[in-house]
Amino acid sequence: MPMSHVADTRAGEAAAELKPPALERSRVAAQLASLVSSPTNIVLTLLALAIAYAALVPAVRFLVVDAVWTGVDREACLASTAGRPVGACWPFVFNRIGFFVYGQYPIAERWRVNVTALIAMVLIAWALAPSLPRRGIAVFLFFVPFPIVAFLLLTGSTALGLEPVPTNLWGGVLVTVTISLLGMVVSLPLGTVLALGRRSSMPIVRLVCVVLIEVIRGVPLIALLFMANRMLPLFLSPGMQPDSLLRVIVGVCLFASASMAEVIRGGLQALPKGQYEAAQSLGLGYWPMMLLIILPQALKLVIPGIVNTFISLFKDTTLVTIVGIFDFLTAVEVSANVPQWSSPVTSVTGYAFAAMFYFACCYAMSRYSLAMERRLATESR
Amino acid sequence: MKRLLASLALTTTLLAAGAATAGTLDQVKQRGQVVCGSNPSLAGFGVPDDKGQWVGFDVDYCRAVAAAIFNDPTKVKFVPLSAKDRFTALQTGEIDLLVRNSTWTMSRDTALGVSFTATNFYDGQAFMVRKKLGVSSALELNGATVCVQQGTTTELNLADFFRSNKMKYEIVSFATNAETVRAYDSGRCDAFTTDTSALYAERLRLTNPDEHVILPEIISKEPFAPVVRKGDEQWFDLVRWVGFALVGAEELGVAQTNVDEMTKSESPEIRRLLGVESKFGEGIGLGNDWVVRIIKAVGNYGEIFDRNLGDGSRLKIKRGMNALWSKGGVQYSPPIR
Repeated sequence: MPMSHVADTRAGEAAAELKPPALERSRVAAQLASLVSSPTNIVLTLLALAIAYAALVPAVRFLVVDAVWTGVDREACLASTAGRPVGACWPFVFNRIGFFVYGQYPIAERWRVNVTALIAMVLIAWALAPSLPRRGIAVFLFFVPFPIVAFLLLTGSTALGLEPVPTNLWGGVLVTVTISLLGMVVSLPLGTVLALGRRSSMPIVRLVCVVLIEVIRGVPLIALLFMANRMLPLFLSPGMQPDSLLRVIVGVCLFASASMAEVIRGGLQALPKGQYEAAQSLGLGYWPMMLLIILPQALKLVIPGIVNTFISLFKDTTLVTIVGIFDFLTAVEVSANVPQWSSPVTSVTGYAFAAMFYFACCYAMSRYSLAMERRLATESR
Repeated sequence: MKRLLASLALTTTLLAAGAATAGTLDQVKQRGQVVCGSNPSLAGFGVPDDKGQWVGFDVDYCRAVAAAIFNDPTKVKFVPLSAKDRFTALQTGEIDLLVRNSTWTMSRDTALGVSFTATNFYDGQAFMVRKKLGVSSALELNGATVCVQQGTTTELNLADFFRSNKMKYEIVSFATNAETVRAYDSGRCDAFTTDTSALYAERLRLTNPDEHVILPEIISKEPFAPVVRKGDEQWFDLVRWVGFALVGAEELGVAQTNVDEMTKSESPEIRRLLGVESKFGEGIGLGNDWVVRIIKAVGNYGEIFDRNLGDGSRLKIKRGMNALWSKGGVQYSPPIR
């Protein structure tokens, strides 16, 4: 048979039998079909389902089905009282939630924390939501008057008629959020400066930045906190010891800045040299070049790294427990020791609640950063 | 570098010395509050309640000192300290007083630059068993399987106790306390051993606390005492005698409810204790009604014990060795005269 004939026949058959593709098959259906498309995939799908079943069913049982929802003390969460196996002891969380959120902050003064949190949330939402107008004002308000207002509200001032609340009474979410928010707000600019300094052509600036970054980054945060909390008082006279929360905040800010500097340096190095040269050929000096051309591009490139640093910073705040500050996780742990609530399920319930809180916060940060990346991805549009 | 370190060490020593000679009581009065090192959370001894207020046996000792000085038990700042940090915090002057279930031992008392005032709680290792085992004494534990935390003095005491009583036992040890308790709860062992104070707290975490009993034998010495820095006799005396006054008040039947009537008592001992006709308070830098203030604020030793550890609490720790000497315990107050 001649070759040309074969080809012609096939082309003809194909043309005759070609049907339009099945549009009704949705993406979900295609995904589901791929789960069982081959024997290997079938086995893997079954395995994954088995693992999910083994993990999810007991979790749901413990957290919801078997859980105890009402009660005033540990008796409610005992199997002997409930007459059935008990799961999570939620009344423990409901009863101690005030302590989890505010720590030992005096109850009569807790409205001050709420007001501060409300202002912060409004300003942050305003500054971060792309659709709202005049976001510059929100940013200004957040960085200049807000810290002063927050400081006065939280620590109190006799001149304003607000009863002073020493920071050793702060605790719970209040401490966790204060430390991480300050860490984030300080570490981004300070990290940028350190990163620029590390790439500077001036040898002394470069040396100082390299030493700072490497020394701080080379020490575990827990060691840094120990030094801030235990060694500092040895060098200072007893009368002038800085506040212990402040010591911790300084430690956390330095640590976050050093990590941030390296993340941002990655962005600076990823930019092609042409961007620098183009900026210089426009006659821009160092700072205009950095602020207008280089940093906007470099920071955009490393958003995942920045958010990663923020998230680990947020979780690292749990380390402040070693210096006797009751952050959120410590508040939960401490509460599980209270005889009023001691039971076989109390600490597990506390940890489950803490896990949910940390997950919710970190997931929110992660989603915001994804949205931000998509909005800023101008090249790929 | 060496010179730097040397100068730092010198500064530290000078500062420590400076802190000691300035007079802790004067500093406390000037500051307006007692700074008290405490346990971050130990059931019955010190935990924040749901309103965030510290409550507990050790906490009440700090409040008693504040009440004696300021007539106000709330003038205390609590500094939660880990076991590692506690003595450093005292040495550096960060705290005035450490009441944190700290065992009084010779090495701590002589080598750390701190002084233990007077034992406020006699703790020691004991055993918990299931009631249905029918055992009423640790001496009946021959052949028992015992759950214990690895690498602790508890493990060594256990071995000593069984060997000296010529009893056989089988040890099941775990790395953490939580694992040990869980193993005991699941029935891996007949007995669980650790310090008494912890045993009662752990019992609450068992599935059925009422099915377990703590045996009366105490096989080790763990006397807890408030601790102060060495070198300030006035402050040492004050803290020590606040402790004695609490016990003395219980001995004489002076309690939170009857302290005002008691000031009218004819008994010379009570009149001396409450400063009706004596000036012992002035001798330690306080007002003569110091004991009245303390008892009004926190009650006597028995009341503090009952409220935080004993039958008035969920822990239900028996007085045992902590009963008054006249009732079979070893709590004893030297006379106030």
